[in-house]
Amino acid sequence: MIPVKKVLSTLLATSMILLTLSGCTSTTSSNSASATPTTVVEEDITLNVYNWGDYMDPEVIAQFEEENPHIKIQETYFDSNEAMLAKLKADSSTFDIVIPSDYVVERMIKEDMLAEIDKSNIPNYAGLLDYCKNQSFDPNNKYSIPYMWGTVGILYNTKKVTETVDSWNILFNTKYKKKIIMYDSIRESMLVALKLQGKSCNTKDDADLKAAENLLISQKPLVLAYGTDEIKRKMINNEAALAVVYSGDAILAMDENEDLEYVIPKEGSNVWFDNIVILKNSTHKKAAETFINFLCRPDVAAKNSAYIGYTTPVEQAIEDLGEGYSDNPAYNPSTEVIERCEIYHDLEDYMQKYNEIWINIKSS
Amino acid sequence: MTRKYFAYPYLAWMVLFIVVPLLLVVYYAFTAEAAGTISFSLQNIAGFFSTTTLNVFAKSIWLAVLCTVICLLLAYPVAYILASSKINSRTLMVWFVLPMWMNFLLRTYAWLIILDSNGIINQVINLFGLPSAQLLYTNEAVLLGMIYNFLPFMILPIYTALTKIPRNLYEAAEDLGANSTTKFFKITVPLSMPGIISGFTMVFIPSITTFSISRLLGGAQTMLFGDLIENQFMFMQDWHAGSAISFVMMILMLISLYIMTRYEKAGESSGGLW
Amino acid sequence: MKSLKRIYLLIIILFLYAPIFILMIASFNNSKYIGGWSGFTLDWYVQLFKDREIMSSLYVTLSMALIAAIVATILGTLAAIGINTFSKGPKALMLNISYIPVVNADIVTGVSLMLLFIFTRIPRGYFTMLLAHITFCIPYVIFAVLPRLQMTSSQYYEAALDLGAKPSYAIRKVILPDIMPGIINGALLAFTLSLDDFVVSFFTTSNVNNLSTTIYAMARRGINPKINALSTLMFIAVVLLLLLINNRTTKQEKALRKEISKS
Repeated sequence: MIPVKKVLSTLLATSMILLTLSGCTSTTSSNSASATPTTVVEEDITLNVYNWGDYMDPEVIAQFEEENPHIKIQETYFDSNEAMLAKLKADSSTFDIVIPSDYVVERMIKEDMLAEIDKSNIPNYAGLLDYCKNQSFDPNNKYSIPYMWGTVGILYNTKKVTETVDSWNILFNTKYKKKIIMYDSIRESMLVALKLQGKSCNTKDDADLKAAENLLISQKPLVLAYGTDEIKRKMINNEAALAVVYSGDAILAMDENEDLEYVIPKEGSNVWFDNIVILKNSTHKKAAETFINFLCRPDVAAKNSAYIGYTTPVEQAIEDLGEGYSDNPAYNPSTEVIERCEIYHDLEDYMQKYNEIWINIKSS
Repeated sequence: MTRKYFAYPYLAWMVLFIVVPLLLVVYYAFTAEAAGTISFSLQNIAGFFSTTTLNVFAKSIWLAVLCTVICLLLAYPVAYILASSKINSRTLMVWFVLPMWMNFLLRTYAWLIILDSNGIINQVINLFGLPSAQLLYTNEAVLLGMIYNFLPFMILPIYTALTKIPRNLYEAAEDLGANSTTKFFKITVPLSMPGIISGFTMVFIPSITTFSISRLLGGAQTMLFGDLIENQFMFMQDWHAGSAISFVMMILMLISLYIMTRYEKAGESSGGLW
Repeated sequence: MKSLKRIYLLIIILFLYAPIFILMIASFNNSKYIGGWSGFTLDWYVQLFKDREIMSSLYVTLSMALIAAIVATILGTLAAIGINTFSKGPKALMLNISYIPVVNADIVTGVSLMLLFIFTRIPRGYFTMLLAHITFCIPYVIFAVLPRLQMTSSQYYEAALDLGAKPSYAIRKVILPDIMPGIINGALLAFTLSLDDFVVSFFTTSNVNNLSTTIYAMARRGINPKINALSTLMFIAVVLLLLLINNRTTKQEKALRKEISKS
């Protein structure tokens, strides 16, 4: 079967190129594969960065380009880890740097997609919080450098919610019918249901999963919407009472509306790390490492973190940001809170099961 | 007779970019990958018949039927009024097609501003001292978005079909004593059938597979067929399962293409959309 | 009855245009978030031209629409001339296959082309998106040109050949002038279809964004009013363009009618 496929694909590729040669010229100038990168030269380089939308301060990028005139940053956005993986699976040669979450790094290492990072090129690595280093998904940070981290919790409006919010339970309270916004993602929704029942958010137990599914289906009439980035705006505009959010979004929203509070429920939650990785077939590894080192510099990390609202792993940067940050439990949670939280792991084949549950919830 | 060679570049293009890709969908739909080897398999097609997928399918079909019927009911009078008006109806017609040229996502997004709980409609309602209504994030909002986007595709072909009806047919009918109701049901409706069929296809197929409308206006509370195809390709990265669902859509498309060409033969020329 | 008809048309028109007017008004709104009005500003129009992301996607959109329209028009016109001389069976087959991209769900077209590019290991980007756009544009050109060809008789072309004209010369001097209106309509149609496409683009590109895919990525973060400003400008441009075409076709029709009434 495979040789046939190979022959077919080469045949198709050649005929396609022949057919369209006369048509036009490709304008993607960035990927000139012919330029083999030897030592870092003053040749102009474009680093293709694949990042979450709104997840890097444009001024930080401008500053980097100013300090490194021969490197240009070209950012492309994704809105979920899985969408990013799908694109990389289809054509991996397009990007140099990607910013995946923890469990995705685990998977990318397993699938041999990442280049080893030479930490001698990243002296600023030493300044990262110990807590953020050597996580289970990449024990010696061989392939990944933490970029931002945070938690998942409940953002609520104190004018609309009267009781104390300290449990996921409140998201199932009929009093708040059509005032609850859930996060539009399988893992975060399952997190809510599984944690409420005292289970792990990485469970592969069918009974646990079924119970979580039923719980979320029963919750659906109470849900106003499943959202992602728009949750912030909804909460700022007082359009909902409760929402499941990432800590960074909570911080930005609380800045704009003083009635909002963020809490990590007592049953525990998820702590996550978004990491910078270099793809294996990147031809600009050295430049990529220069960029990573730049992002780990305390002044840059502080600026970037203040812009996007998420917590930087750079210890000095947290200190420099000072009041409103280092003393803000949403931005800088206590170790006691962090210990309640669990990190996501790659679900492997069980992702299929989770996805099926998700479709069932959506089509119920 | 050398002119027929002129079609050959396109013939090659057509085979490479229309036929081969569709065959690839079939190929992926009927194969599965296990440990790096690809082999024939019916498991993806079987996956379509799981209750999970069938639920999504049923919901999409139901919304698509509603959308198509409402579009037809709204569009027919428009097309009829335009086709029978004496003023230059072609110019008028342009105004019904024009909105189609503004980015479809933006137009859909604009409904968010209108339907939002602080939106325009609710502000008007509040003016009368009434409480705000939950308009956004409902099935109705999704339906509205679909109707809004596909209505022009229904108006256009019906209008084209109506303008092709020869006037003297009506005169002959009048001479034979037909009243306007008889004329409408015996001449107008049957002869506009190709337009209706064509409009039906132009609305029904895309509305089964709308993706993103449910996310924007429905608060992502329902997953429709288009969202499911996206989910399988972009989220699960399961091209085999995604292709199986696309394959079902292809079959539906081929059926409607068949019906459309049957009707077009009856109504002779290759009118289609334009 | 007559006023009832007018009111009905008016309501439908209002329904179709309401969102567009809302967007246009929003482009002059001082507030960054949708919702309340907080004063008139032209700021978004100024900032629009400084936005790297929007400007590069605008460039992708426009250049692609232009190239796709040109290639599709050339291939489609040649195809129509050729297909017109085909015998019944092959002609029907060609036309039916050409109908597929028109009738098929956009998402299936997009997905199938994505599979093709993955299968042939051609990295997705500007080039693949362009190939996809050309593909769904050609059929519309063919269906715009074909009726014109059917209206003209092939006798003149054959006469020209008999008089010693080369086929290429005969095509240029005899056939092309007759079908020109169809070609122009087809080209404009191809241009606008490419301009508006979202679904097919979404599946056939990875790191190159056109306006639609940029807007889609933005829609979740909240649409930037700069996009409203841009679409207001583009809509006005399209209105002018369409008024132009319309003017043109009505003129042609008048001329045609005159000719018919003469004979």
